[in-house]
Amino acid sequence: MQSARADVDGPSRGGGAAVAVARPHTGGPLQALSAALDHEATLGYVLVAPVVLILLGLVAYPLLYAIQLSLMDKTIGGDGKFVGLQTIVGLWDSNLYRQTLRNTLVFTAGATILKLVMGLGVALLINEQFPGRKLVRAAILLPWIVPTVLSGMAWQWMFTPNFSVVNWILVHLGIVKVGLPWLTDPNLALFCVMLVNAWRAVPFFGITLLAGLQTIPAELYEASSIDGAGRWHRFQYVTFPLITPILTITLVLSIIWTFSDFQVVYSLTKGGPLNSTHVLATLSYQVGLQTGKISEGVAISLTMLPLLLVLVVFQLRQLRRSGGA
Amino acid sequence: MSAVAPTATSTTRMAGSGRLVDRAISLYLPLLVVLVFLLAPFYWMTITSLKPDSELYNGAISPLVVYAPTLDHFAYLWTKTDFIVWAWNTMFVSLASTAISLFFGVPAGYALARLRFRGADTLSLGIFSTYLIPTTLLFIPMVQVMKTLDLLDTVVGLVVVYPTFLLPFTTWLMSGYFKTIPGELEECARIDGASRIVAMLRIAFPLAAPGIVSAGIFCFTLSWNEFIYALTLITASTERTIPVGVLVQLTRADFYFWGPLMAGALCGSVPVALIYSFFVDQYAAGLTAGAVKG
Repeated sequence: MQSARADVDGPSRGGGAAVAVARPHTGGPLQALSAALDHEATLGYVLVAPVVLILLGLVAYPLLYAIQLSLMDKTIGGDGKFVGLQTIVGLWDSNLYRQTLRNTLVFTAGATILKLVMGLGVALLINEQFPGRKLVRAAILLPWIVPTVLSGMAWQWMFTPNFSVVNWILVHLGIVKVGLPWLTDPNLALFCVMLVNAWRAVPFFGITLLAGLQTIPAELYEASSIDGAGRWHRFQYVTFPLITPILTITLVLSIIWTFSDFQVVYSLTKGGPLNSTHVLATLSYQVGLQTGKISEGVAISLTMLPLLLVLVVFQLRQLRRSGGA
Repeated sequence: MSAVAPTATSTTRMAGSGRLVDRAISLYLPLLVVLVFLLAPFYWMTITSLKPDSELYNGAISPLVVYAPTLDHFAYLWTKTDFIVWAWNTMFVSLASTAISLFFGVPAGYALARLRFRGADTLSLGIFSTYLIPTTLLFIPMVQVMKTLDLLDTVVGLVVVYPTFLLPFTTWLMSGYFKTIPGELEECARIDGASRIVAMLRIAFPLAAPGIVSAGIFCFTLSWNEFIYALTLITASTERTIPVGVLVQLTRADFYFWGPLMAGALCGSVPVALIYSFFVDQYAAGLTAGAVKG
C-alpha cells in the first residue's frame, strides 16, 4: 500500500498515504484533494459534473429559453413582450404552417418506410457470405459518412431540370419519353427529398440490422429448414421476431432524426417548389432567422416537441427493456 | 468408398452450378442494384468535377463519361474561393470538438458504468435523453445564447457548441463499453495500492482503447458533417466550414456553379471517407452500439 502510494504521489514525502490522510496539512491541499477523489461517490460526481454542466448550460437552458421565446412576440430588431400562447396558437391560422406540418408527417412516414424496406434488404444481403463482403460493407456505409448537404447537392444536380442524368438514363432506356420534372413538380419534389433522406439512412439501418441478424443462432435456421420452412417462412418466423427489438430501437431513433431533418430538404429544394417540401425545421429557419420573426420561428420548431417527447419516452423504455440502459 | 466418391462429386457440381444461378438472382444482382443506388451520387460528383463546362452543359453527348478531363474546377475552388480556409476551419473545429468530447465524455462514461453514487442512473438517463433532442429544436435560441457569450461568427463558437451533441453520445457509448470490461483488473490494481484515478487511467482506459477510437471517429465525422449550427452561428466567409461554404458561396440565387460545386463536395467528402476507411470496423461497432446499447 505504502510503496505504491509513494510511486504515485512522488518521492517527496516519506510518510506514505496513511499518514498523509491522517494529517492533511503535511501533504498540502493536493494530497487532501487526491484523498477526497479516492472516495467512490465524490470521484463519480467529479467525473460526471463537466458533462452535466455543459449539457445544462447549452442544451437545457436553450430549450427552456426556446419555450420562453415561443411565449413572446420577439423579432430580430425588437425585444418583444410576453403574449402567452398567442404565437403558437396563431400558427394554426397559417396555411403555410399547416401545409408544412402535413409535409413533415408525409415526409417522415414515406422516408421511414423507404429506409426500413431498403435497409432490411441490405442487411439480409450482406448477412450472406460472398467474396468481397467486407469491401461491400465498407462501401455501403459511405452515404452515412459523407456530409449530407454535399451529397444532397450531388442529388440536386442529378435531378436538375435541364441536365438531369436521371432523366437522361430513363429516356435512353426508353422508360419515359421526356424527362420528369423531379424538383419542380410539388409531388415529385416531396418524393425526391424522401428518397434522398432514405438513401442516406439505408446504411444505418443496414448495419444495425445486420448486427441483429448476426446474433441469431444458425441452429434456429437449420431447425426450421429441417421442419421444411421455405425462405419466406424462415424470415417470417425466425428472422423477423428475433430482430424486432433492435429493429424497433433503430426505427424510433430514425423517426426522431427524420422528423427533425433539415439538411436534406435545405440542400435539395430549400422548401420549394411552392413550399411543397418545407418541413418544420426548414420553415422554422426561414421564419425565425431569415425573416427575423424569432418567436414565430421558435414556436414552429417547438411544435415538434410533443411527438418527440412521446418517441423519447418510448425509446428509453425500449432500451431499458432490452437491457441496454 | 472409391466407387461412391465420383458420384458424390458430380452431384455436388450440379448442385453447385444451380446454386450459382440461384445466388446470382437472389444475391449478386440485388447487391449490384444496391451498390449502384448507394454510390451513384459519388460517381456523379467525381465525373462532374472533372468535366469542362462545355461537356457539363451539352445535352447531345453522354453525361456518364468524361471526354476531356480537366482540373479547372479544382483550380477555381482552391484559388477563387475560400475553400482552403474552410477546410482548415473544418479540420480545427472537428479535432477540437472531438478532443473536448473525449476528454470529458470518456471519464463520465467510466463513472456511470463503474462508480456507485446516488443519482447515477438518473444522470445516465438524462444524458442519453439529450442525445435524442434534435439540434433543429435548439438552433434559434442557441444563436441568442452565443450572441450573449460574444461567440457568434467565430469557429471557436462552434467548438463550444458541438460538444453539446457529441458528449451525450460519447458518454453513453463509453459507459456501455466500460460495462463490457471486467472490473477485476482495476480491483487488483487498487489492492496493490493504486488510487481510483490511477486505476482508471492506467488500467481501464487502455483496455477501452477500441471504444475510445470508435467514439473519436464518430465525434470527428459528426463535427465534420454538422450543418445547421455552422450555417446559423457563422456569417463571415473566412469562419465557415466546408459544408456551409460550398453551399453558400458556390450558389447564386438560381445559378449554380456545378463544376466547382461538385469539386468542393468531393474535396469535403474525401477526408472523412479516408479516415473512415481506416476505421471501418470501429465505426460499424460504434454505430451498432450507439443504436442498440444506446
